[in-house]
Amino acid sequence: MTGKYFGQPIKRLEDKHLLSGRAKFIDDIEIPGMLHAAFLRSDYAHAIIKKIDVSEARKHPGVVAVYTAEDFGDYWKPGPLQVPPPTAIKGSQFNARTLVPIAKGKVRFSGEPVAIVIAESRYIAEDALEDIIFDAEPLPAVIDLEKAWEDTSVKVHDDLPSNLAALVKQEAGNYEEAKKQADVVVSRKLYADRVAGAAMENRGFVVNWDERNQEMVVWATTQAPLPLRIAIAGKMNLIENQVRVITPFIGGGFGPKIMTSQADDVLLPWISMKLNKPIKWLEDRRENFLATTSERDQVHYCEIALKKDGTILGFKDVFYHNTGAYDPYGMTVPLNTQTHTVSNYRIPNFYTEIRMVFTNEMVVTPVRGAGRPEGVFVMERMMDAAAKELKMDPAEIRMKNLLKPEEFPLKTGIIGQDFVEGVLDSGDYKGNLVKLLEMVEYEKFRKEIQPQARKEGKHLGIGVVAFTEGTAVGPYEGARVTIGNNGKVSVATGISTQGQGHFTVFAQIVAEQLNVKVEDVKVITGDTNHFHWGAGTFASRGATIAGTAIHNASVLVRQKIFATASKFLGVPEDQVELCEGSVCVKGKPEISISLGELAGKANPMRGAVEADVKPGLEATAYFAPPHGATGSGACAIIVDVDPETLKIKIDRLVLVHDCGTVINPLLLEGQIQGAISMGIGNAFYEKIVYDENGQLLTASFMDYLMPQATDMPNKMEIGHLHTSSPLNPLGMKGVGEAGAIPTPPAFVQAVEDALIEYNLDIADSNLNPSMIFEYMHRSKK
Amino acid sequence: MKPVKFDYYAPASVDEALDTLAELGYDGKVLAGGQSLIAAMNFRMARPAALVDLNNVPELSYINPTPEGGLAIGTMTRVYQVEHDPEVAKRFPLLPEVAKFIAHSQIRRRGTFGGAIAHADPAGQLPSIAVTMDANLLIRGKGKERWVKAADLIIGPFMTTIEPDEMLAEVVLSANPPRTGSNYQQVSRQSGGYAQAAVASIVTLDENNLCKAVRLVLMSVGEVPILSQKASQILVGHVPTADAFKAVAEAAATSEIDPATDLHATAKYRRNLIRVLVARSLAEAFGRAKRGG
Repeated sequence: MTGKYFGQPIKRLEDKHLLSGRAKFIDDIEIPGMLHAAFLRSDYAHAIIKKIDVSEARKHPGVVAVYTAEDFGDYWKPGPLQVPPPTAIKGSQFNARTLVPIAKGKVRFSGEPVAIVIAESRYIAEDALEDIIFDAEPLPAVIDLEKAWEDTSVKVHDDLPSNLAALVKQEAGNYEEAKKQADVVVSRKLYADRVAGAAMENRGFVVNWDERNQEMVVWATTQAPLPLRIAIAGKMNLIENQVRVITPFIGGGFGPKIMTSQADDVLLPWISMKLNKPIKWLEDRRENFLATTSERDQVHYCEIALKKDGTILGFKDVFYHNTGAYDPYGMTVPLNTQTHTVSNYRIPNFYTEIRMVFTNEMVVTPVRGAGRPEGVFVMERMMDAAAKELKMDPAEIRMKNLLKPEEFPLKTGIIGQDFVEGVLDSGDYKGNLVKLLEMVEYEKFRKEIQPQARKEGKHLGIGVVAFTEGTAVGPYEGARVTIGNNGKVSVATGISTQGQGHFTVFAQIVAEQLNVKVEDVKVITGDTNHFHWGAGTFASRGATIAGTAIHNASVLVRQKIFATASKFLGVPEDQVELCEGSVCVKGKPEISISLGELAGKANPMRGAVEADVKPGLEATAYFAPPHGATGSGACAIIVDVDPETLKIKIDRLVLVHDCGTVINPLLLEGQIQGAISMGIGNAFYEKIVYDENGQLLTASFMDYLMPQATDMPNKMEIGHLHTSSPLNPLGMKGVGEAGAIPTPPAFVQAVEDALIEYNLDIADSNLNPSMIFEYMHRSKK
Repeated sequence: MKPVKFDYYAPASVDEALDTLAELGYDGKVLAGGQSLIAAMNFRMARPAALVDLNNVPELSYINPTPEGGLAIGTMTRVYQVEHDPEVAKRFPLLPEVAKFIAHSQIRRRGTFGGAIAHADPAGQLPSIAVTMDANLLIRGKGKERWVKAADLIIGPFMTTIEPDEMLAEVVLSANPPRTGSNYQQVSRQSGGYAQAAVASIVTLDENNLCKAVRLVLMSVGEVPILSQKASQILVGHVPTADAFKAVAEAAATSEIDPATDLHATAKYRRNLIRVLVARSLAEAFGRAKRGG
């Protein structure tokens, strides 16, 4: 579906502004009299607070106020449960222990805030932190997931019987019965390692309580401006429209910025109102690593039952999921893992069990992928293990079990993060792999390239995997499209933007319906005064859900243009057509009225209008899907491994994806490339590591390795497949997380293949050369 | 991540800088390119009471030939200048070869040649290269100056014999004898990243193709750059063969280093790297020496 604007590879309209350094970011907000905040954070992972003496800090010149939990009185309360667990899953257990705004009585992870200083500058605030005496009695830290699950473990929350945060068992078919029919059963223990969102810009928050207007204005780097507004209004006992949340340009979201109950979100509005002063807080990188959320960290016990010919009969997965010290985001991440473990393949019998556990670590909430990479990683690793056991080619065993177009829609029997039974709406999963194998020249690689390279002493290896990406989830989004008197169009939506290219793709959707230039469409996102309904930017739902709402609103405005123009031009509606920027009579382009003039006529300042006519050329519309749309794809990586140093070079990376209708192929490719770089980071660089005392060992970019441009393959080859989703009028599926999902299992498989004589059996989603060396050493013994 | 309050001095000449350092004593800290110091200050790991910024002292930035055929490099010369200087490339090809491993070009444009050596980071390339090249270092203080060899300057991780009132002013590199070859090998997690292990070598052949001299330095596998004694013992006076390189590699990996285990590499893996990189580096350096350097 390609139109004049829709589907065209239009360059990003926002880039000129961004690349020339003229975009407004949160640190650009300056308000006279603004104060600055800094948090004192616990060094202990788990400790009883004995004393926090802030008397010296309060005397520090330039310090305005210092607060600890006690100073907030009744305002101090554990935060809301941002995402409740789905009630539809029978017999599931969930213990909500939401984030506390600032530690009281006990600290539960290293980096948890214990005091906050408000000062004339951030420098002074940080100086004053050193004047605070924080006395605590350390407790043993709960770190190991499996040990934490035991009833004998030290407890993170003393009022709970154990560290059980959730227990969810779901089964489709009957795994144990299927196992009896199997020729082979393969089992493995697998690890999905933890990674950070690590956006270029950390979190930031500026709040200004305006006593005279009785209004609170908040600038925040949030992915969810409207939920943040609801949260702040609720805490401050204000009606929602007394709180205006603005999200300026943001340097990346990647998940953690969805949180609305962190210390800054909760405490700074209260302090601003109390002091009647604007306050700025910008998170530094160390704080981001320590206390903003991160994700993955699961331990899986998997079993796959197959026939000799490679047909999968059943799959069983019991896994531990680390939720960190609190679980404000419910079970979204492990539920995504459950739904993505089996969604590629025809698996009639599936048992899956979540054991979500509290630990003395930072809180786990979605990071790009959000449980999906873990599910795909374990499934793909098990396919590799099965292929090895059956002496089958890894591509062949996948080909045999991948879903074909005629099998959709397919009910999975597993309830997911959107609270309903999973339905794979459309796709051609086998077709993805077929196209991938062509692109990567799989046969030629196996038969010619790889053996020839071996003769030359080069160890090349290939990995091929399949994946799905659950996207475009509800509940809903909305948009308002308005034609201005100057003929330009504004479109406002409730989601915020973190670099995805919304200013361009939303303009394309509007321009297509209204036949105006894309440059003439002004997109407004993330300002609650402009649009005040919506849930936010996450789960690849911006273009799909908000985009569909924008499409719907544009269609309504188009209808209104036709109705209004028909009246003013004196011809029936079917005689009216849109010329660029104006409306004219079909076949008589000389009889026309510009859109701007028509907008003025639709909003008369005097005289009478008909009672049921709404003013202006404007419409508001919403879109709510019944459930998420599932994108899919396949990925191949060819690596060149130096068997002595274990340095690894990615020779080729090919990714085929199917996200249904494409709004802008250029931006699509950019988004996939960005996610691939994150996937490569997850596979070979990025890893969050705690020691046994709960100390974070990766609290800076010196130890937490971000993938760099120089670490990327020279080229990412991207192939497109197109099956429309029946779930929205444009047939779209999301794609924001696609590149990050299949990369780790493809990488691991390729490394094993390159070092095939060592018969490695890699269990981890994040590798490094030293670790591969240790694996080789173990297998040699 | 804001630094502790500090005083800031921006002298315009070496004399003024030395006067300021003498006055400040233990309170003063020289600021060169700032690529390590400023980050350490922002983390509040470094808390100097005063910075003496040398960036406004143009007389400290130069690359001059010495009468003996070597080069004298001013301490504030940017790494990027050294990397791209044709005289440096002609006389000391090891330097541009190493430079491209040092972080990224943006950082090399700011980071200084002398600053990196004086910082004595055991994972930094330039302190190790200064030891490999047997650099002569001019240390100046108010009314005093002294020369010291690189190996004697560095006494521990981030520790040198430079006194608080002194600064490294110049690095002098002596000309290589004929039939000298050099090579640098490094393994790091990322391009521009810290080395898990690295090896630099400078070797000279005599007219009979016997090894006349070898300086092999092992980096990131101990508290300071390690000048291999085994390499000289095994190779000098002998025909440099692959077996001999293997023997040096084995000896170096087992007896001359003290690698640590950290997040990115185990000690065992680092030993393995030294074994691999020493053999590769010596083979390449002798090959280059044979071809005339």
